[in-house]
Amino acid sequence: MKNFELQHIQRRKRSNRIMHILFLFSTMIGIVTLGILLVQIIAKGSGWISLDFFTHFSSRFPEKSGIKAAFFGTLWLMLITAPLTFIIGVSTAIYLEEYAKNTWLSRFIQTNISNLAGVPSVVYGLLGLTIFVRLFDLGRSLISGALTMTLLVLPVIIVAARESLKAVPNHQRNASLALGANPWQTILRVVLPSAMPGILTGSILSLSRAIGETAPLIVVGAASYIAFVPNSLFSDFTAMPIQIYSWAGRPEESFGQLAAAGIIVLLIMLLGMNLIAIMLRNKYQRS
Amino acid sequence: MIDIQSLDLFYGEFHALKNVSMFLPEKSITAFIGPSGCGKSTLLRTLNRMNDMIKTVKIKGTVTIHGNNIYEPEVNVELLRKRVGMVFQQPNPFPKSIYDNVAYGPRIHGTKKKSELDDIVEKSLRDAALWDEVKGDLKKSAYGLSGGQQQRLCIARALAVNPEVLLMDEPTSALDPISTLKIEELIQQLKEKYTIVIVTHNMQQAGRVSDQTAFFLNGEMVEFSETDTIFSNPVDQRTEDYVTGRFG
Ligand SMILES: Nc1ncnc2c1ncn2[C@@H]1O[C@H](COP(=O)(O)OP(=O)(O)OP(=O)(O)O)[C@@H](O)[C@H]1O
Ligand SMILES: [Mg+2]
Repeated sequence: MKNFELQHIQRRKRSNRIMHILFLFSTMIGIVTLGILLVQIIAKGSGWISLDFFTHFSSRFPEKSGIKAAFFGTLWLMLITAPLTFIIGVSTAIYLEEYAKNTWLSRFIQTNISNLAGVPSVVYGLLGLTIFVRLFDLGRSLISGALTMTLLVLPVIIVAARESLKAVPNHQRNASLALGANPWQTILRVVLPSAMPGILTGSILSLSRAIGETAPLIVVGAASYIAFVPNSLFSDFTAMPIQIYSWAGRPEESFGQLAAAGIIVLLIMLLGMNLIAIMLRNKYQRS
Repeated sequence: MIDIQSLDLFYGEFHALKNVSMFLPEKSITAFIGPSGCGKSTLLRTLNRMNDMIKTVKIKGTVTIHGNNIYEPEVNVELLRKRVGMVFQQPNPFPKSIYDNVAYGPRIHGTKKKSELDDIVEKSLRDAALWDEVKGDLKKSAYGLSGGQQQRLCIARALAVNPEVLLMDEPTSALDPISTLKIEELIQQLKEKYTIVIVTHNMQQAGRVSDQTAFFLNGEMVEFSETDTIFSNPVDQRTEDYVTGRFG
């Protein structure tokens, strides 16, 4: 081999090695930062997690403070938002993908939905404030918050459900139709069972993103200081990220630790939801 | 039994079937042959109106089955497809158990009783010559079967709704020679109970299984007669060129 060819090969090897290290380094930046953050939060907050933390409301005194109101607020938000978004989102996706495929209307709606999925969440908050709080006169209530969250999550779920429906091969639909099934029977018995793992995973993942949303809830009027568990759809409410935000803003050291404890709980909730998503997916894939 | 009269079919502007007329007698096997793109699948799909799904399709002419035009507006497409079953080129079982695959059609059409379904499943699998291979494990996923077994399962699934006609679009083109032979034998047996239309690219297959053969070219039916005649003594030069392999 000629000398300059050898040099060339060595140069390419070297540049490959350098790029390899650069990419590894970029990856590490993310992982290490996340690691440090987690360690810090756990070190700071884990001492505050006890049964009392879950049974007490927020208070002026850090030792007496707990996340009961926020924990149940978030739970209620999710319990209302999850079925609403699932039903509306999956129905919309079915309409767009199975009934109105490639029509002018469906293309128009699809473009808009994809755009909506990228709208900043605070804008949804303003929308919720205008429509639910003021126009429908629902006030600064749990239901206003939940409906706002539903709007926020809906585009993401629709997109995820559409992708799952699209992934069901057409020969499955044809097999069903050729046996004399009508379109709805085909959707119910063939398309949806195949698409369900993807739809469920997408739904839970988008909900678990919504669980950490703060801005729209603040705009809609979640309170940060509440000493009761929501007892009706029209109660005042607060939610985990808002409670955390409010604690974190306090100058006292111990409130900072409370915030860290709240973050740990929120993270566990998130992990739990993702775990459910994974389990559901595995369960459906096996059967 | 199936009477196609002056059938024209358009995909948008494209004239895919040109003035096709033919009569398919009851309990006979008809083969459609011809080069790729000549309209065999298209014609097959007009017989159970699977073309309805393609929005650009326009149809002129009539297809009557037992004297009823299946393109009359009052025809119930679901019932038509129950009477005219279809087997596709690629085996396409549902991602369900063997049992649920075969029971799918009867359930769709309202059969609920377990004992009744059990009987239908067994009978259909027997008729599709698959029973002995799967009877021990009907709860197994259909995806665990071989390609040839999957195709026979699809045939069983089509038989389970008790059709009169069975349309098969290149049912063996995705299969190995032994599975192909099995399915050909099966088709011969099914002839006793069903009217069968089969699309094939395999001349030997058409010769082996069918009673009459139709040769298509560019959307036209060039020749249609007894299979023996088509292969040994065709009238049209183009048919002769095609069946002797001097063409396309
Ligand atoms: N959905 C469709 N839209 C537009 N044109 C189509 C459509 N399906 C088929 N065609 C056209 O109609 C003609 C006949 O197609 P068809 O599938 O019936 O041919 P075929 O004889 O079955 O061919 P092959 O042997 O390759 O399966 C072809 O030219 C094809 O391009
Ligand atoms: Mg074809």
